[in-house]
Amino acid sequence: MTWIWSNLDLLWDRTLDHLVLSVPPLLLSFLFAVPLGWVANRYRISRGVILTASGLLYAIPSLPLFFVIPAVVGTSLRSPLNLIIALTLYGVALMVRVVADGLASVDKDVRQSAVAVGYSGWSIFWQVELPLAAPVLLAGLRVVAVSTVSLATVGAVIGAQSLGSLFTDGFQRGIQAEIIAGIVLTVVLALLLDGALVLLGRILLPWTRLASTSRRALRAARVTEVSE
Amino acid sequence: MNLFADALNWILDPANYVGPGGIPVRLVEHLGFTVVAVSLAALIAVPFGFLIGHTGRGRGLAVATSGGLRAIPTLGLLTLVALWVGIGLGAPYVALTILAIPPILAGAYTGFEAIDRTVIDSARSVGMSEAQIMRTVEVPLGLPLLIAGIRSATLQVVATATLAAYVADFGLGRFLFAGLKTRDYAEMLGGSILVILLAVLLEGIFTGVQRLVVPKGVAAARPSVDRGRSARPASGMDPAITKGTH
Repeated sequence: MTWIWSNLDLLWDRTLDHLVLSVPPLLLSFLFAVPLGWVANRYRISRGVILTASGLLYAIPSLPLFFVIPAVVGTSLRSPLNLIIALTLYGVALMVRVVADGLASVDKDVRQSAVAVGYSGWSIFWQVELPLAAPVLLAGLRVVAVSTVSLATVGAVIGAQSLGSLFTDGFQRGIQAEIIAGIVLTVVLALLLDGALVLLGRILLPWTRLASTSRRALRAARVTEVSE
Repeated sequence: MNLFADALNWILDPANYVGPGGIPVRLVEHLGFTVVAVSLAALIAVPFGFLIGHTGRGRGLAVATSGGLRAIPTLGLLTLVALWVGIGLGAPYVALTILAIPPILAGAYTGFEAIDRTVIDSARSVGMSEAQIMRTVEVPLGLPLLIAGIRSATLQVVATATLAAYVADFGLGRFLFAGLKTRDYAEMLGGSILVILLAVLLEGIFTGVQRLVVPKGVAAARPSVDRGRSARPASGMDPAITKGTH
């Protein structure tokens, strides 16, 4: 405990480092996954190709991926950019399926009604499909947030600073309190981001009755997890 | 692309295939470790999962525990246990068995829950005992989702076993850390490619197995899309990631 009190600055710095590593992938993966998921949902062939590719991508272990990305992109091995790219890839792999499933979950009758009252393809997506799929997307984003925060710690073994640095440093110097503080902070950060997303959902999606829809959305996200 | 050529040369270099630190030895270590850790986890998780799935009791607790376990960063658990039990294989075994439990547990009980209730009621009404229902109805019908859980656990362990080379001298992860120490990028990249190939290969094998274990009648009657779409549990905060902590 004394270690923690005398190193509060370090803990705070590492938490900020961690946020810098984990928030951009969260936003980026959402931005990339929505169009990809739309394409996957739209055509049968693209669905197979995109979902298989994202499944394979997600099967790639993170540590090796951290080594491969610099060779592909040309960044230096210890650059935080590697981690952000890798975490974005995992986020996209996870979100694409959620987006495709979310869009597929929109009732066909609703879509046809929209066509019938004169919506164009573009406005059906923005004003009908996306809002109706939003609870599912939110549930998927929550999953991505928690896994991204957890995964970002792995970068510490190759020298990218994050809360994971507390693990490597604590291990090398034999300071148990440092590792425990790192675990607790990682879990807390994941919970905070998750909570922030839930809050954002309440503000941005006032039309969803959270009690019933979040359950359905969570279920959809979890089905993705096991059956994929 | 030159970097990949170097890595390929490293992978193909016969000198890397001999001795105690050679690629075959590391590969066998990696796979052996994975098999043992996943088996240990399955021994613990499958009976509990079946029991939860059959009785419908204790699911809330299982979901909460699994959710909590999944949020814990692997590297943290690994280094913490390594400080307690010392450098060596002990820490990875403990940490990775713990990590492999949630997906297998979830696979076991969701497999039971996904079964149409009327099927189980029919089995009961024709006079099957509870043990018979489990053995001849629930286990075969729930098998695909259990295999899906084991697949997630296996891929997670294969991935994390690479990381475990940080605290123990074993597995393909050694190449990554050894290369990192000597700044030998060909070795790091070569080792990484081997791990990725192994993971993708296992993913492919499991996809095949998952298809094979669907009982014939079920495969014919049910479109594969709604596999497992029924009664999945809900909870407040559940990361719902089985392969999330690579």
